Amino acid sequence: MPLQTNETKGGRTMAKLTVEDLKKIKEGYKAERALREGAFRVKVTVHMGTCGLAAGAREIMNVIIDELDKRGAADVAVSTSGCAGLCSREPMITVQVLDEPPVKYCDLNEEKARRIVAEHVMGGKVVEELALVRGCETSY
Amino acid sequence: MERYRANLMLCGGTGCIATGSLKVRDALIEELKQRRLEDEISVTLTGCNGFCAQGPILIVHPDEIFYQKLKPEDVPYLVEEHLLKGRPVEKFMYREPLEKTTVPSMNEIPFFKYQVLRALRNKGLIDPEKIEDYIARDGYMAAAKALTEMTPAEIIKELKDSGLRGRGGAGFPTGLKWELCSMARGDQKYILCNGDEGDPGAFMDRSIMEADPHVVLEGMIIGAKAIGATKGYIYVRAEYPLAVKRLQLAIDQAREMGLLGDDILNSGFSLDIEIYEGAGAFVCGEETALMRSLEGKRGMPIPRPPFPVNQGLWGKPTVLNNVETYANIPQIILNGGDWFRSLGTEKSTGTKVFALTGAVNNIGLIEVPMGIPLRRIIFDIGGGIKKGRRFKAVQLGGPSGGCIPEDLLDTPVTYEDIVKTGAIVGSGGMVVMDDYNCMVNVAKFFLEFTADESCGKCPPCRIGTRVMLDKLIDITEGRGRAGDIELLEDLAGDIIRTSLCGLGQTAPNPVLTTIRYFRDEYESHIDQHWCKAGVCRELSTFYIDAEACTGCGACARACPQDAITGERKKPHVIDQTLCIKCRTCYEKCKFNAVKVGPRDMFKGDEAHSTAGREE
Repeated sequence: MPLQTNETKGGRTMAKLTVEDLKKIKEGYKAERALREGAFRVKVTVHMGTCGLAAGAREIMNVIIDELDKRGAADVAVSTSGCAGLCSREPMITVQVLDEPPVKYCDLNEEKARRIVAEHVMGGKVVEELALVRGCETSY
Repeated sequence: MERYRANLMLCGGTGCIATGSLKVRDALIEELKQRRLEDEISVTLTGCNGFCAQGPILIVHPDEIFYQKLKPEDVPYLVEEHLLKGRPVEKFMYREPLEKTTVPSMNEIPFFKYQVLRALRNKGLIDPEKIEDYIARDGYMAAAKALTEMTPAEIIKELKDSGLRGRGGAGFPTGLKWELCSMARGDQKYILCNGDEGDPGAFMDRSIMEADPHVVLEGMIIGAKAIGATKGYIYVRAEYPLAVKRLQLAIDQAREMGLLGDDILNSGFSLDIEIYEGAGAFVCGEETALMRSLEGKRGMPIPRPPFPVNQGLWGKPTVLNNVETYANIPQIILNGGDWFRSLGTEKSTGTKVFALTGAVNNIGLIEVPMGIPLRRIIFDIGGGIKKGRRFKAVQLGGPSGGCIPEDLLDTPVTYEDIVKTGAIVGSGGMVVMDDYNCMVNVAKFFLEFTADESCGKCPPCRIGTRVMLDKLIDITEGRGRAGDIELLEDLAGDIIRTSLCGLGQTAPNPVLTTIRYFRDEYESHIDQHWCKAGVCRELSTFYIDAEACTGCGACARACPQDAITGERKKPHVIDQTLCIKCRTCYEKCKFNAVKVGPRDMFKGDEAHSTAGREE
């Protein structure tokens, strides 16, 4: 299986956490994610809140995994997350290529998802006519 | 800003804050002060630049130099070289990526541009089923701080400083609630979370529980420490299966890591949290009814006082807060009350999450600073009204709220200003309505809901809402009489004054606000038997304006009754004996040629074959 969703680290079995442990997990997980981002060139996040699932996000997830499998892509992480906010445009995914701002795609179907995998995830070229927005929201 | 010779624009986006831009800001301010540059050079936190992978990002104006991946320790060198000696520091600069793109950034799309994420800061960024994802974004750091470094009084002070008010609808100051409960005497105290979101069209709390369940747990841990509770319950409606599943998973993970249970983080503080699934009664969102339901009794409210902070669940001191309230708390503990106040207004601080839905183009979950005008939410974030129709009203606060008309759209969204309109901010349901809506019918819809959901304990609510509903049904079916509007207003006042709980006390609001702003619609229903929006079937007649009709035939093809006839490119006619008033032609016509007339407009008019109609 060349693909991995972000699997859990061994930290789970730890009996009693201290504040130091918590900080270590935080830094460690960040480092691990950075490493991963080294090993994984692209991260694809499928938004799977109730709105996304109702619009067919699970199918989109399967299509993306299938398409990546077919292409034998070993450097792409597929992850799930909650509602991206724009429920009327689900299913949505976010594609983040290393060192580039994340790009959100909306109103997806199987065909569009396969095209995004082929052109953006594998080819590194944003599918401009399907992309909604790049970057992330203000938060402070 | 002319008086500054340079402006430092530091990215305050989600990504950059996660990589430490607030620390860089502090270092910049400190360094500028030391070098006595603070009057010459400003530091501003901006929205996300979109280059989150390169954060923290700093743009120096007017030079337009773009620095990336800054650390606090880089700051002295940067300030000395660039700002004192005027030599931009190449090693911190951003290198242009290989390819340019025409995909708009968030700042170019109004839906994203006007939003500021706090309660939703992890929205769409973390995997809600992995606690490490949450921890990596400062998760449980606030709990660690509260448990190991702060006294209950300090936590409460921070909350009071923040000005945070309950996000469930009533807007009670959270810090004060916690303080009252912390002072209450009891061998056992409880901390509860209200996830019984029941307003039609509202889905804020569901989304938070689904997307970021750990933030709810962390907020509860901090609250538990503040009031001295050792046991917590999250009351979630069973209709939210995904939220229940993800919350349960979060609780299991937190227990396994020792973030719930005995002696959390070696602080000596213990708390366990359980989920209780509610059966979906609207009244169980009311705090005393929710507590009865949790006790295993029928969910009915009891009179207050005594207030739950003194005698709540099983008669013990209890704090109940809403999901979104808890989602704000970890950030307040980490960043301080003053930081929280930096957005919003004096009395309504911070941000509010809204479920924006109805006739707007962009339907979704949004978070905006308090004080933003309604117009900005509906026309910029929401993208205006669908199908080019006209805005008519926005319904805030669900069945407890009210409808706000167009001429009040510049009202800022704050607890005080919205109450003045007769509506309430409520839990955050925001239903936008276009001119195809009949406001009497809207009031009837909400009253049907509250009359149905009334628990029946007190007569004003049980009988009063029913009588009001019957009146509204009469009006929408053509049996309205002179004096009905006054009777409704009178009844509404009585129900508000004498009902036991919030359900009854607010149930008349949709009726009162629609009478206040759309009285002419009530009057035309009663006096002219005319529903001008064509919604109330008994009070409308659909006909085609021969001058406006182009004879395109779209209406005739859509009519399920084949009631519309006419030659191509000639005006069409609706056979009134066949018309079932489904409104399809009215909605299909692109030329506004289908009109709505009063019930009796063709009475006795043979040409329109209305002879057989009743009355």
